[in-house]
Amino acid sequence: MTTEAGSETEVKEKAEETSAQPDQSETAEQEGQEVANVEGEEKEKGKEKEKEGKEGKGITRYLPTWFKKQKSQSQTSPTKEVPPAGEPVCKATEGEEEPAPEVNGHAEEVEEKEEVKSEEAKEATAAESDSTASAETEPAREEKVEDATAKSEEKTKEAAEAEGAEEEQKEKEPQGHVEAEADGGESQTSIFQSPLRLVRKNKMKVVVCRVTLLDGTDFTCEVEKRAKGQYLFFKVCEHLNLLEKDYFGLTYKDSHDEKCWLDPTKEIKRQIRSNNWHFAFSVKFYPPDPSQLTEDITRYLLCLQLREDVSSGRLPCSFVTHALLGSYTLQAEFGDYEPDQPRPLDFISQLTFAPNQNKEMEEKILELHKSHRGMTPAQADIQFLENAKKLSMYGVDLHHAKDSEGVDIMLGVCANGLLVYKDRLRINRFAWPKILKISYKRNNFYIKIRPGETEQFESTVGFKLQNHRSAKKLWKVCVENHSFFRLNAPEAPTKARFLTLGSKFRYSGRTQAQTRLASSLIDRPAPSFERTSSKRISRSLDGAPVISITEAGSETAENGRDPHLELHSDSKSPLRVHGDNIYVRHSNLMLEDLDKTQDEVLKHQASISQLKRSFMEAPPPSPPQPNQWEKRLTSSPATTIRVQQQQVTPEVEIEETVVIQEVSRAVKPGLVPVTADSPATPPAEPEPKPQDQTEMVEEEAAAVEEVKPVKPERASSESESEEEAEYQPNVAASISQTKIPEEKEEEEEQMTKEEERQQVSPPVVPAPPVEASEPAEELSQEEEEAKKEDTSVVEEKKDDQEEKESGRETEESTDDPMVTPEEAPEGLILPDETLVAKPTEEQERPKMNGEASLVEVDPRLQVICCSEPPVVKTEMVTISDTFAAQKTEIATKEVPIVHTETKTITYEAAQLDGNGDGEPGVLMTAQTITSESLCTTTTTHITKTLKGGLSETRIEKRIVITGDCDIDHDQALAQAIKEAKEQHPDMSVTRVVVHKETELAEEEED
Amino acid sequence: MAGLMAGFGHYTHAVVRGIPASLAKEALRTSQAEVDLTGARTEHDAYVEVLRTKLGLEVVELPADESLPDCVFVEDAAVVCGETALITRPGAESRRRETEVMKEALKDLNLNIVEMTDENATLDGGDVLFTGREFFVGLSKRTNQRGAEILADAFKDYAVSTVPVLEGLHLKSFCSMGGPGLIIIGSSEPAQKALKIMQQMSDHRYDKLTVPDDIAANCIYMNLPDKGHVLLHCTAEEFPESVKVFEKLKDHMLIPVSNLEKVKVDGALTCCSVLINKKANI
Repeated sequence: MTTEAGSETEVKEKAEETSAQPDQSETAEQEGQEVANVEGEEKEKGKEKEKEGKEGKGITRYLPTWFKKQKSQSQTSPTKEVPPAGEPVCKATEGEEEPAPEVNGHAEEVEEKEEVKSEEAKEATAAESDSTASAETEPAREEKVEDATAKSEEKTKEAAEAEGAEEEQKEKEPQGHVEAEADGGESQTSIFQSPLRLVRKNKMKVVVCRVTLLDGTDFTCEVEKRAKGQYLFFKVCEHLNLLEKDYFGLTYKDSHDEKCWLDPTKEIKRQIRSNNWHFAFSVKFYPPDPSQLTEDITRYLLCLQLREDVSSGRLPCSFVTHALLGSYTLQAEFGDYEPDQPRPLDFISQLTFAPNQNKEMEEKILELHKSHRGMTPAQADIQFLENAKKLSMYGVDLHHAKDSEGVDIMLGVCANGLLVYKDRLRINRFAWPKILKISYKRNNFYIKIRPGETEQFESTVGFKLQNHRSAKKLWKVCVENHSFFRLNAPEAPTKARFLTLGSKFRYSGRTQAQTRLASSLIDRPAPSFERTSSKRISRSLDGAPVISITEAGSETAENGRDPHLELHSDSKSPLRVHGDNIYVRHSNLMLEDLDKTQDEVLKHQASISQLKRSFMEAPPPSPPQPNQWEKRLTSSPATTIRVQQQQVTPEVEIEETVVIQEVSRAVKPGLVPVTADSPATPPAEPEPKPQDQTEMVEEEAAAVEEVKPVKPERASSESESEEEAEYQPNVAASISQTKIPEEKEEEEEQMTKEEERQQVSPPVVPAPPVEASEPAEELSQEEEEAKKEDTSVVEEKKDDQEEKESGRETEESTDDPMVTPEEAPEGLILPDETLVAKPTEEQERPKMNGEASLVEVDPRLQVICCSEPPVVKTEMVTISDTFAAQKTEIATKEVPIVHTETKTITYEAAQLDGNGDGEPGVLMTAQTITSESLCTTTTTHITKTLKGGLSETRIEKRIVITGDCDIDHDQALAQAIKEAKEQHPDMSVTRVVVHKETELAEEEED
Repeated sequence: MAGLMAGFGHYTHAVVRGIPASLAKEALRTSQAEVDLTGARTEHDAYVEVLRTKLGLEVVELPADESLPDCVFVEDAAVVCGETALITRPGAESRRRETEVMKEALKDLNLNIVEMTDENATLDGGDVLFTGREFFVGLSKRTNQRGAEILADAFKDYAVSTVPVLEGLHLKSFCSMGGPGLIIIGSSEPAQKALKIMQQMSDHRYDKLTVPDDIAANCIYMNLPDKGHVLLHCTAEEFPESVKVFEKLKDHMLIPVSNLEKVKVDGALTCCSVLINKKANI
């Protein structure tokens, strides 16, 4: 398109890189620097890629949100000359509309830069292509220099989304204006050289947006009709002179008159779905400790929001607190108490402090106001916030819901987790670390709970919301709050975008950790701003319906049809644990959940057909190699499980897996004879099972219909291991990851339903057979492991969603939100397990998580450990599709081949209490904990079994160290062993397996 | 200023009530023990004396009422937090009138009085654990959901979480606060279970001090201007093992208070007083 002559290669490269971005964080660490060297290779790939690129829309549709966001960000950074000379903006939006142009345009930008910057830029662009859509390259690099570590990481391309984004933001924030001017000018010139741009500019349609600010005033501005939410938001922040903007957001009212958050990464036009371009600027994430905010202006805005929350009753507080907060408001807005002021009470009664404000309160406010003499407005604001933040409902976003018995409750989402209220009483609380998964389906909202000290099994708690919309809204709020408050960096975007089913929605902004960091770098004189009076008119948009916890009862049941929520316990109820259970406190560990849900669905028809096509065209994959189609399939909820069981390590370069087995192994009751479904065989036909739920039946039926056509493809598909990558948290720095599956996007629901069925149903094989096969599967897996020297940890995952899919969903009525496993309905078995455990060349994913424990718990047999020859060294070529998993769009055409050298060394203690495969035992508990730090992933799996009256506790630790050649393996290993010993001094290390995988051929993976 | 949750354990006043002779025979009890009325009165006098003399609180002594055998246990009649006093509706029918005198007394102390008028609501102050940051309300034989709701309404600033009390009379029959963020808890299974629930429900972290005897976990904590952390707890004669645990609290001024007789009618230390923090201003 707009590519200038001779730049073709580069464009391709760029495109490639762009598309490759998603996995960079996980995989391509070494590549960054090699960009130049590998260019040749890249070109080849580029050509393939190019093809893909031509496939057009489909691809960009699946660009990860962060990617889009970043692009738009650069364009949305409001330049001074926005409306008239807003080329960047309109280009941005246009580009996003049209995938192909976008990529090119993107490259062009960089190219232009390169002309100026020559080689430097090139290097930089490798790492920054995502973040430097327009004129930001230079500043970004400067930023890097500042930050040594960041820089090095960046070189290795690891910067990926998390850091890339962060840096970009950082750079943008503090230097915003200067930069905007300088760069704006620069790019402007270059832009004007392109006639095309001018044309585009003329085409730009502008809309006037009205944004109600926190002080009640309106801000109007023009935005291009296709502008994204972010553009408008940035404009507002610029208007407000606000830098710490991540706590805020824009809301609009949807067609149902409900307040919704404007997604910054999406076009405004598509969200509002009406011609009402009216928004409200609001606090989105209430900082738990406002004193940590850097700027007074930020605190002021937060105060404004809270004043409204308080006066509207949304934030309930006592008389005394009302008075106290009111007095600080007076001090902040009017300064010291004026004794001379005539009839202060008249004046004060025009201000709104409380929903039920009365004379008595006003007198109290005045009285307290007197005592604040000498306090500056900023100090008064701080005092206001110090008191407001302690209120129990501070920052709690309430949603009406019903519990399993149809009782009206309120769900409150806040920084710490999810709160459950009945009337005014808190009846339960689920802290983020306790929540393994958040999902919704139709109007049901589910959270899967990590087992507590007294429980052995995970349980799923369901709530009914008024409708699908509100369930989704709640889900989104949860995703965002979890990401913002709990993660260090936003969760990686769905990696296999192309293959992504379901909503890609993730929180795309900065997390609190990031924004705090950014704030600490703010270096500007405190901006002056004017505090306005509290005589606010209530903002038309903002408050929407004031939800208070007491209102719950008044809600009418929209869907009274079934007041009972289904609760799924992953545990099989028949399985009771006898004896004491072990519980390992892990609250301080970072927890991660790998599982996915069935709720992921197909995205778009077009992409599916594309997928099919690419499948057909794809080079014959080596047998174990998953192809795109399969991957696609696996992203459907039902298949998820299979995937999880056999995961490919996303880390390619060098990986070390250290499995430290500190314990004797659990033995499995070697019963159940089984036939494991071979993955290679066509999936069994789904037999619709007796359904207790009508809705389920519907789906199943559809599924059946669709299955057959799909079969042929499936038959050839082998392993679906990498699907996981898509949802695998790959943000190294993340504190914890919760898989947050979402049901399909509303809009696409209809379209994709069919497809979804196709995908989903195959795995939904008759459950009984599947169950039976599970043991066998494990066995085979075990064998396989032994053979391969892969990792010795058996991973099992189960997805409760899966269960649902399978239609065995029991309408469980667990009224009590605090569902204990005992109460929970009988868990279901995953049908999918059958498909798993195929001896494949693929390395098992060295991760386990809470999900795994589910299966372990399963009464059926568990083989946890496999015997391996004491020392083995093998070398094998692994043809792995790893990349593709994360890769996404590119992957369709290309079969990434990674040659790896794999070396496994096993040290086994002589006295190892037998590999005990055959020895039956009763599994008592199983638990998996995963923690992640920058370059290591530690998975701890604890099982306790009862064998012949003795209980055994066995802990397996798997530590994956990822990095480039610089890792001192020996040291890492020693450290790992040492730590293990320290952590469990009373246990002995019985086996150490070192698995080292080195990438042989340097492969420039896009 | 009187910020929220400021000064947990600061008290200036205590409301107590005399022991009626009817306590010996008529007071409600879960066991069948014989109460020595004189012993109980001596005990109670010593208790009041500690509050008044040793700790310097201004003690408001309400007269005993023979028609209210349980009236000495004033805690159940009112919940005071900050400037607000919630007059309860005790779960035991025979105790309902205990609130009348209490209300007047608290009114005289210029507290904002909130009354529990809902006839479906019951609440005993013994089921209310205020941690300084939030309330836990035990749902027991004496306290129901509605009562807890009204309490939540009265103290809007704070989270109010409910905790099922499966055994024992009240929530505070096996726990109490031992300091800011420190919960003293009995070691019985129901007590430990309740603690877990409280921990789960809370956004705050609490340390716990586990004592072998449930009833010994009922202590009175204060933070007084010139005395620092003060803990009134059971005596070594009653619960030697538990006292050993308290003695590990190095920062606390430990004051053993005998409660041999009142405990026979399920009276614990906290039951016998309502503590109030009256500030000069606000």
